[in-house]
Amino acid sequence: MSENPNNKVCVIIGASHAGVNLAFALRSEGWAGDIVLIDADAALPYHRPPLSKAYLASDDGIEQNLLKSADSYEKEGITLRLGVLVKSIDRADKCVHLNDDSVQVYDKLVLATGASPIVPPIPGIDGASNLYPLRTAEDVTNIRKALNTSQSKRVIVIGGGYIGLETAASLKKLGATVTVLEREERVLSRVTAPEISQFFTNLHKQYGVEIFTDKNVVSIETKNGLNVIKCSDNSRFNADIIVVGVGIRVNTALAVAAGLEVENGIKVNATARTSDEDIYAIGDCTFHHNPHYNRFIRLESVQNAVDQAKVAAAAIAGKETTYNTIPWFWSDQYDVKLQMVGLSEGYNRILVRKEASEDTKFSVWYFKDDELLAVDAVNNAKAYVIGTKFIKEGKKVDASKLVDPSTPFKPANLLAE
Amino acid sequence: MAKITFITRNGEKITVEGNDGSLMELAKQNNIKGIDGDCGGVCSCATCHVHVDPAYFEKTGTASEIENDMLELDDNVGEYSRLSCQIPVSDALDGLVLQVAN
Repeated sequence: MSENPNNKVCVIIGASHAGVNLAFALRSEGWAGDIVLIDADAALPYHRPPLSKAYLASDDGIEQNLLKSADSYEKEGITLRLGVLVKSIDRADKCVHLNDDSVQVYDKLVLATGASPIVPPIPGIDGASNLYPLRTAEDVTNIRKALNTSQSKRVIVIGGGYIGLETAASLKKLGATVTVLEREERVLSRVTAPEISQFFTNLHKQYGVEIFTDKNVVSIETKNGLNVIKCSDNSRFNADIIVVGVGIRVNTALAVAAGLEVENGIKVNATARTSDEDIYAIGDCTFHHNPHYNRFIRLESVQNAVDQAKVAAAAIAGKETTYNTIPWFWSDQYDVKLQMVGLSEGYNRILVRKEASEDTKFSVWYFKDDELLAVDAVNNAKAYVIGTKFIKEGKKVDASKLVDPSTPFKPANLLAE
Repeated sequence: MAKITFITRNGEKITVEGNDGSLMELAKQNNIKGIDGDCGGVCSCATCHVHVDPAYFEKTGTASEIENDMLELDDNVGEYSRLSCQIPVSDALDGLVLQVAN
């Protein structure tokens, strides 16, 4: 706690999209006190989405991929404490204990602790050679290094979600032989309709990436740097490098230990505040209410990180804005751009809009009865934009016009009467 | 080296210098308010929208179909709207004036 009321301290744990955006937003909201940004990662904060996409496939160093330049932090009076880990939060004394044995006091604390990749408890996984998740710049460095020193460049990607598929596309570009093993009956099963899964399965096949579904990995045996991955159907796959992309676990340990309310993430209200009035939480680690869909959700997205950062910054600076956004996401694989808006969970019908003469350009519209919930747009920013507007404004879609490629793609043409 | 002037929504005029990268990256490096570039510059978020001074519009090149479609997300779109992540900084842009859209 600061003695001088004009020199309050806001401490932010986690310097990725959420934490960094909060620090800068806090300054522009007029916070005159100290801002201390702490992260265990020693690298200057960087953009995460490109890691599995353009960044992995390029020779760029992380300095070409920074969220903000080093100067910017200095200019805005933001103190970076990188490469240190927060061990615990002391809510009574309003301070955090760090692993370099220092103590950092706070008036306001923000948890932007994100999530960590799950490494599934597969027998033999600890002894596997060149096995990496993909969440940090260091992971990418390790994967690139392993690929450069590998003769046969055989990569197995465990998990056919966005990270797995984006990584597969990028590694293929780098000349690897890539196979994706997915546990469910189709890729992207948790997040998209079968039409999208099918499209991406075909796309990867065209580029020479093999995708096997219904593959539950039961063991990994490693000898002389060669990994043999065994599945429950007794199939075997050889790999020099294994990338694991089977999802994340939210980093809630600090919050739990501090006695904050935690469910499927750190529970926050509409201003991103936790159950402690001086502690906020933002980004992937939060369990928050989405007013549009009227339910509590957890999101893994840059959009949510940035939007919650803005809301929390305003609240900490004494201005109240509340969180009210429609989630959006994107994925780039090969030359295909997938843009998604809304939350499709709970849909009971879908409509597919194809564009005349272009079979790599289409969109999937998810409805619950006649309410539009979400749109997945493949190479079709127009569908994404129209979908965003219709969802935001709660407009009804004329189904027959939507699916008719001869209807010019304009909002006015798609409105139900 | 190109001198680029950003005019933010609250009327602040900031002139900065750049050699390479995109106008969005240049704006981010200089903390220009209203240029967020949340997607990192891949034309996926439309948070780097600018109105280009008409005299310079041609010099900024032509917007792709995706860019034009994404611009429609913003109600404040106009004839000289561009996403600044899609405009590379070059000497040819010296003197360019941009109004930040948001």
